[in-house]
Amino acid sequence: MNANRFKALVLRTGGTNCDLETKVALEELGVKTEIVHMNSVEKKNLLEYHLIVFPGGFSYGDYVRAGAVWGKRVLAKLRTQLEKFIEEGRLILGICNGFQVLAEAGVLPGNGVSETPSIALANNSSAKYECRWVWIRVENNETPFTTAMRKGEVLRIPVGHAEGRFLTGSEEILNELKRNEQILFRYVLPNGDDANGLYPYNPNGSTYDIAGICSKKGNVMGMMPHPERAFFGWQLPEWSGRPPERGDGWKIFKSIVDYLESYR
Amino acid sequence: MEVYAIDLASADDNDLLEISREMGLNISLDRMKYLKQYFKNRPPTDVELEMIAQTWSEHCFHNVFKGDVVTEDGRIITNILKTYIMRATRELNKEWCISVFEDNAGIIDFDKGYAIAAKVETHNHPSAVEPFGGAATGVGGVIRDILGVWGEPIALTDVLCFGLLDTNYEDLPPGVKHPRYIYRGVVAGIGSYGNNMGIPTVSGAIFFDRGYTGNVVVYCGCIGILPRELYVRNTREGDFAVLAGGRTGRDGIHGVTFASVELTEEAEELRSAVQIPNPIVEERLRRAILRIRDEKLASGITDLGGGGLSCAAGEMAYRSGLGIDVDLDKVPLKAPYMTPWEIWVSESQERMFLSVPEKNLERIMEIFQEEEVEASVVGRFVRSNRVRVFSKGRVVCDLDLEFLFNPPKVTRRAKIPELTHIEVNLGEPRDLGEEILKLLSEPNIRSKEDVIRTYDHEVRGCTVVKPIYGDEAGPSDASVIKPLKDSWMGVVISCGINPFYPDPYWMAANSIEEAIRNNTAVGGRRIALLDNFVWGNPENEENMGKLLRAVEACYDFSKALDAPFISGKDSLYNESPLGPVRPTLLITGVGIIPDIRMVVTPNLKKEDNPIYVIGLTREELRGSAYLRLKGVDGGEVPRVDKNLSKKIIDMLVKAIDEQLVLSCHDISEGGLGVAAAEMVVATRGLGIEFDVSKIPSETRRNDYVLFSESASRFLVEVDGNKSRRFEELFSGIPFNRIGKVVRDIGLRIVDSKSKICELNSSDIKKAWRGY
Repeated sequence: MNANRFKALVLRTGGTNCDLETKVALEELGVKTEIVHMNSVEKKNLLEYHLIVFPGGFSYGDYVRAGAVWGKRVLAKLRTQLEKFIEEGRLILGICNGFQVLAEAGVLPGNGVSETPSIALANNSSAKYECRWVWIRVENNETPFTTAMRKGEVLRIPVGHAEGRFLTGSEEILNELKRNEQILFRYVLPNGDDANGLYPYNPNGSTYDIAGICSKKGNVMGMMPHPERAFFGWQLPEWSGRPPERGDGWKIFKSIVDYLESYR
Repeated sequence: MEVYAIDLASADDNDLLEISREMGLNISLDRMKYLKQYFKNRPPTDVELEMIAQTWSEHCFHNVFKGDVVTEDGRIITNILKTYIMRATRELNKEWCISVFEDNAGIIDFDKGYAIAAKVETHNHPSAVEPFGGAATGVGGVIRDILGVWGEPIALTDVLCFGLLDTNYEDLPPGVKHPRYIYRGVVAGIGSYGNNMGIPTVSGAIFFDRGYTGNVVVYCGCIGILPRELYVRNTREGDFAVLAGGRTGRDGIHGVTFASVELTEEAEELRSAVQIPNPIVEERLRRAILRIRDEKLASGITDLGGGGLSCAAGEMAYRSGLGIDVDLDKVPLKAPYMTPWEIWVSESQERMFLSVPEKNLERIMEIFQEEEVEASVVGRFVRSNRVRVFSKGRVVCDLDLEFLFNPPKVTRRAKIPELTHIEVNLGEPRDLGEEILKLLSEPNIRSKEDVIRTYDHEVRGCTVVKPIYGDEAGPSDASVIKPLKDSWMGVVISCGINPFYPDPYWMAANSIEEAIRNNTAVGGRRIALLDNFVWGNPENEENMGKLLRAVEACYDFSKALDAPFISGKDSLYNESPLGPVRPTLLITGVGIIPDIRMVVTPNLKKEDNPIYVIGLTREELRGSAYLRLKGVDGGEVPRVDKNLSKKIIDMLVKAIDEQLVLSCHDISEGGLGVAAAEMVVATRGLGIEFDVSKIPSETRRNDYVLFSESASRFLVEVDGNKSRRFEELFSGIPFNRIGKVVRDIGLRIVDSKSKICELNSSDIKKAWRGY
C-alpha cells in the first residue's frame, strides 16, 4: 500500500498533547503528516491536505469549557478555508479535545459551520477524570472513518477525559442524528449490548451512550475515545503470550486511508 | 529603590537571631555569626542575605547530608551522601550510568543512542498548607528537572502518605488540616498537572497512617528521554542568560526556607510560600525547550525551582566556573512594585534558565515566540567568580561564588536507637480466609483504582504495563513504557517503600529490595535506584541516628544487589505539633526490559499450571500489615539476605528470559496470602489452590506463614511443560511447588490434606477493589 500521496495536517496549540502519537499512527499507514501550531497555520494552504486532525489535550487549559477557546480561534482564523475544506468533502477528525473543539466551533454535527453549538461535551457524570478502556459499537460503517469495520462490531479503545458527556441542545437534534445515521460509535457492554448509561461502560453519562458522531455528509467526525492509544497491539490493556499486531484504533485510521484511496 | 543594607557588625547574638527570624532567613546562630565576621567591612544588602539564606538552606544545600555526623561512640562521618549512597554507585562503576548526582536528574543509557533521565522530588510542606497547589507544583517542578537535563518527560510517578481519612476533627491541633481535605486536594493537584501536560502518571502508591496526620508526604517523580548527544552542558563566557516561561511574582517567596520550618498554626500565614500552578504555561515551555534542544541552540540549561532565579543563576555560573551579571529590570513580573530581593528569590513556577551563545540568541527568541513563551535576556555569563545583581542601574548584590557555595559545615549528633524486643502475644485466628479478606480491604493494601483512573496513564500512547492491570483492574508490580517508536526496549518503573518497619536499617534494606523485586517481577533488569528521604528534625539525635542507619543500608544493599543510585533528595525537618513525620524512605527503581513483548503480568494464564513460591518465609511480622491489623507490635522485622536476594533476582530474570514464567507477583505487604489473592483479582475465571505445608518456611504457624513479610519472595505461575527446567534453575535456592492454577475457584488453601479456607473470586475482588 502506498498512501504517501496523502497528506494530513495535525493542528496543535498551547495545551495540545496528543499530536505526536496521532502522527505516529498516521505515518505508520503511510500518510504524510505535519504537525502545525495554530500560530503558523496562516502560512499553510489547508486545501493541500486531505485530512485535518484536531488531537487530544487541554487546549488553552480548557479553562472556560473544554475546547471552547480553541473552537472560537479556529473560527476566527480558519472559517472560510475550513468551510471550503468541508464543502469539498475532505476529512476532518476530532479526537477527545478535538471533538470538543469541533462541537464548540459548530462544525459538528452540522453540515458546515454553524453559528451556535447544538451539541456539547459536558462534565462527566462521575464528576471526575476517567482514564479507562471502554467498549464501543460501530453503528454505521458507511462513512470514511468506519469502512474497515463491520456494523455492530465492538471496538476496544481507551478514554481519558473529564468532560465527555455528550449532550444535544434538544431532543430533536438527537432524533436528527439518529435519523441521519450520524451516530458512529456508542458505548456498550463487553458483550456488545447497549450500555443504557451504565457506569463505567458508559464512562461519562453520555446521552444515548454516544461516543462519536459524524457530520451529515459524513466527512467530519468527532469521538471521545482515543484510537491512537489503541493502534498497536502492545498498547492493549491485557494480552497473553505475544501481543496482537494491532489494536482496534488502527481500523479507524485504516478506514481513512482506504477511503482516500478509493475516492482519489 | 527598596534595597536595604543590614547592619550585622553591631549586632549581638540576639540581634542576629532576630534578623534571621524577621527576614525569614532561617539561618542558624553559628552561621549568622560567621556572616557577621565575613561582612565586617561592609553591611550586606537584603538581596545578598536572601541569596545566602537560599543557597545555604537545607533544601538547596543538603547541609546534613554534606556535613559531619558524630556518633555516640565517637565516630565522625563526613558527608554521609558521599560516604554511603554515592560510594555504592562509584564502586559499582556501571558504564551505563551517564550522569549521577550531578545535574537536575540522574541519567542512564538506553537504546539507539538515547538516554533515560529520572528524578524524584518531595513537596510536603507546600502540600500541607495548600494541598492542590502544593502537589501540582510538585509535579511541575520535577517535570522541569527533566527538562533541565534536556529530557523529554515521558512518565510521572507519585507516592503519597496521608493521615487516616476518618480522623476526628477534634483530634487535630490548630494548624493541622484534616487528612481528607489534604487527600482530595493533593490527588486533584497531581492529576490536574500531569493530565494537562499530557504526561502519563504510571506508577505510585498511597499510604494512610497516623504518622502522616501532621506531615503529609508527597513524592513526585518524572522519567524523561533524550538523545545522548544532545545532553549539552557547556556554558561559556559571554553567553547570554535567558529566563523563559511564566512571569515572576510574589508567589513562592521563601519556599526553600519554609521547607525547613515546623508546620504550626503560623505556617498558614506562609501560604504565600506556596507557588501557583499553571500547567499550560509549562506545556508551551516544554515544546520550546525541546525544539531548542533539537536545534542545539543553547549551551546550558537549568530549571527554576526552590530558590528561584537566585539558585538557578548562582548554581549555573558556579558549575561552569564563571561568574554572572543579572539585571532584575529585565525580569518580566506578574506584579508591579516587587522589591529586588523578592524578584531574586521568588519561586514562581514554569520558568527555565538557559545559557545561550550570542549567535543563537535570535533563533531561540523566535522559537519562544512561536510557542507563545515569554522569554527575556536577563544577564550574561562573565569571567569572574562573582554573582552580581543589578536593579535600576545599581549593584544590589555582589557575592563571591566560592564563599557562597562553601558554607560553614554543619555537625549533627547521631544516637542510634535500640529497638526493644517485644514478644508477640497473638492467638491464631480460626478463619484465615476472613483474615485475607480483611487485609485485602485494608486502606494501605486495597486497590487505589478510584485515584489512579483520575490520572491519565495512557496519554502519549507508550504505556505497555499500566498501573492497574487489565479488565479486572488487578494490581501491577511495576509499569512499563515503550518510549521509542523504533525500539522494542521498555523502561520499567517500580517503587519500594516500607515505612512501617520500625528498624531504619531494615526498613531501607527492604525498600531497596522491594523496588528491585517489583521491577524484576515484570521482567525488568539493569536497575538504577533513586532515594528520597522524608525525615523529622535531624537536630534530634535519634532522628539523625535513624537516618544514619538508613543510609548505611543504602550502601550495603545497593552494592550487594548491584543496583546503583543515580539521583536522590532528602527532605528533613518534617515536624508538626503532632511530632515528627514517620521516617519514610522511598526507593524508585528504573530498569529496562530488552523487548516489551516479553513482559510478565500478574494474571493467571492457564488451568493446571504449577504455582511456585520462590524464597524463604520466616517469622518476620514486626510492622507487617497483619500485625497492624491486629493492633499488635512485636516480633522481628523482615531482614534481607544479600546473597540469597541477589541469586533469586538473577535467576528470576533468567527464568523470564527463557519464557518459563507465565505470571509473577512480588510478595510484600500482607505476605503470601495477600499476594496470591491479588493474582486472583487480576484474573478472570481462574484461581489458585495451594498447600501451606509446602511453603519453604521457618515457621509452621499458618497465619504467620501466610502473612509474614519476609523479603526476597515471589509467587510465580510456571508453564506446565517447562517446570523441570524451572526447578533446575532454582536448585540450591529455597523454593517449592506449592499448588496449581484451578478453574472456578478463587483461592483454596490447604494444609496437607485438611482445608484451611476457600474464597471465591468475587469476594476476593470485592474486598480488594471495593466492587
